[in-house]
Amino acid sequence: MTTPNTSNIGARAYPTAGKPRPPRGRALLRTSYAQDMALLNTPAKRWSTLALIVAGFLTPLLITDDLLQVLTLGLFAAIGAIGLNLVTGYAGQVSLGHAFFLGLGAYTAAVLGGDAEGRLLGLGMPMYIWLPAAGLVAAAAGLLIGPIAVRLRGLYLAIVTLGVVFLGLHIFREANTLTGGPGVGRRAPDLELFGINFSASGGIPGVDWTRDQQLFLVALVFLVIFGVAARNIARSGVGRAFSAIRDRDVAAAVIGVDLTAHKVLAFALSSFYAGVCGALYYTVVRVIEPTSFDLLLSVQFLAMILIGGVATISGAIMGAIFITALGRIAIEIAHVVPFVSSSVTGGGLFNVFQLEGILYGLLIIVFLIAEPRGLYGIWIRIRNYWKGWPFSY
Amino acid sequence: MTTFAQAILSGTAQGAIYALLALGFVIIYKATHVISFAQPALMVIGGLFSYHFSAVFGLPFWPSLFIAILLGAGLGMLIERLALRPMIGKPVFTLAIITIGVDVVLRVLANRYIGADSRALRYPGGSERYEFLGLALSHRQVTIIVVTLITVVSLALFIRYAKAGLAMRATALDQETALAQGVKVGAMFALAWAIAGGLAAIAGTFIATGSGGIEQDTWIIALKALPAIIIGGLDSLQGAVIGGLAVGIIEQITAVYQAAYLPFLGTNFSLVAPYALMFVVLLIRPYGLFGTKEVERV
Repeated sequence: MTTPNTSNIGARAYPTAGKPRPPRGRALLRTSYAQDMALLNTPAKRWSTLALIVAGFLTPLLITDDLLQVLTLGLFAAIGAIGLNLVTGYAGQVSLGHAFFLGLGAYTAAVLGGDAEGRLLGLGMPMYIWLPAAGLVAAAAGLLIGPIAVRLRGLYLAIVTLGVVFLGLHIFREANTLTGGPGVGRRAPDLELFGINFSASGGIPGVDWTRDQQLFLVALVFLVIFGVAARNIARSGVGRAFSAIRDRDVAAAVIGVDLTAHKVLAFALSSFYAGVCGALYYTVVRVIEPTSFDLLLSVQFLAMILIGGVATISGAIMGAIFITALGRIAIEIAHVVPFVSSSVTGGGLFNVFQLEGILYGLLIIVFLIAEPRGLYGIWIRIRNYWKGWPFSY
Repeated sequence: MTTFAQAILSGTAQGAIYALLALGFVIIYKATHVISFAQPALMVIGGLFSYHFSAVFGLPFWPSLFIAILLGAGLGMLIERLALRPMIGKPVFTLAIITIGVDVVLRVLANRYIGADSRALRYPGGSERYEFLGLALSHRQVTIIVVTLITVVSLALFIRYAKAGLAMRATALDQETALAQGVKVGAMFALAWAIAGGLAAIAGTFIATGSGGIEQDTWIIALKALPAIIIGGLDSLQGAVIGGLAVGIIEQITAVYQAAYLPFLGTNFSLVAPYALMFVVLLIRPYGLFGTKEVERV
């Protein structure tokens, strides 16, 4: 990426003017607090972020609708993955309960935004009410879990949050008037903002776009908003308190971090993200089925942040897109590899769903053993290789 | 009163299965400080081993169970050697997640074998029942209780008196000190996983003899051992047994009474009652009834 620039150190050690000139390339030594806190601290990062966003907005014009839908789901899932990363990656509180919060968000959105005359309870509210509400209801539930989390550590907490998923699943199954009941479910509300219905083809006036193209655009905008917000949380005082708790909670308490407040805050923030993610994700899937919020979903989100990169925002996004695309990848593999059948009942060694299951189980194991920093860690290796090129050290 | 006593009796039989699974969790936890989320897969596969040997190869019930225990133990050791040994010294959370990965992979393979039908194992005693004082207990339930009793007692004696049991306790106490005393710590990890695999195979076999047999989602049953170990305390063997029995009994009592007295909790609340019980216990005692309280010194 960037060539090592030894003059960096000299340039900053002896500032020419009152204000230090920002160094070129990746700084080897940071000399000011502002520099340490910078969101985009290298020119390469500035340019690549810009390029990525431009490329993102061009994507709907370039690829086919079925692929676009997979990516849209990935982008929406990324919001939830970022949320899980806040509590598990940054604050170090292992949560297997993410599926419950996703479900809570999805159903809050469906009830508030749902059809008022329909079979199930619906209030017909607009999106600017149901979306924040989905986040807030989930966050409130997170606040309720918080106090239990404060008393527990590590794997005890993992088991308790697992219990939350099972209790939540029971509630979703039983609350028929809200959720439609197992096997049936209910419709997710339409994504309608500023008078534009993104869930119907040709919703944006002037351009003739399909539903999938429009939803992708919305997903990208929301992901950028929530991603930047999470990055800001992570680099602010709250984020540093989270990391301190993760690294050693006793030490964090000694240097004056309020453990209770921050653990509860981490759960509430994470649940807020999960609620928003659940509400948005199911506008693409369209039907919200109560039994889909099971332990498997929680494990999938955990896999996203582990494979993407723990305690990184970009890693969570990469992992989320990768895991949601895994089903599609399995189908593509089935076309190439002879012993995988692409139908459920057909012969072959595995069908695609089994292949998908095995793949993501194996990926979790392989990544944790070989590259615990995930996809982000692979990127760091590549960057360091080119940074030192042609030397290998 | 008879209904209540009957619920407790049936619950004890079901709880005995949970106790076996919970013991597996606790033994792995004590040896390696990891909660193995691979236990559900080990249970299902152990049950399928029994099924395969008795239904396909035509062996009688008890020999199939014995072979299944050995194979389950072998599978446990294999998992430990391949997936967990390379990770010694890493955070326990990482190891726990690896066991989730192992569980996912193994369960896909198991489900491939199970297919769409349930794989039910025929129990030799058939549907005979023992009856006394108006209470009834099937032959199968009595066998479960007896087998669990024998297993738990022999395990306790092994850990208390055998040389390997002493080595296991030393490893649980302090791995490095145990190593310095000449204990093969790696072998102790393998032994713990082997015992857990064997226990899971027994549990799986008895679940396979139940009414539903083994289906694609039978693995959920094994997770009910998690509330059991939390209630009993993660690092307590007798806690695991008592927790397992408590979970079984609570489940049965809720199944009998909840529909009449607490109808607003919905149908099938008994299936999640153990988790509700777990929350109540944790609010009162965060380290379970018999767990060691973690002492934090600055």
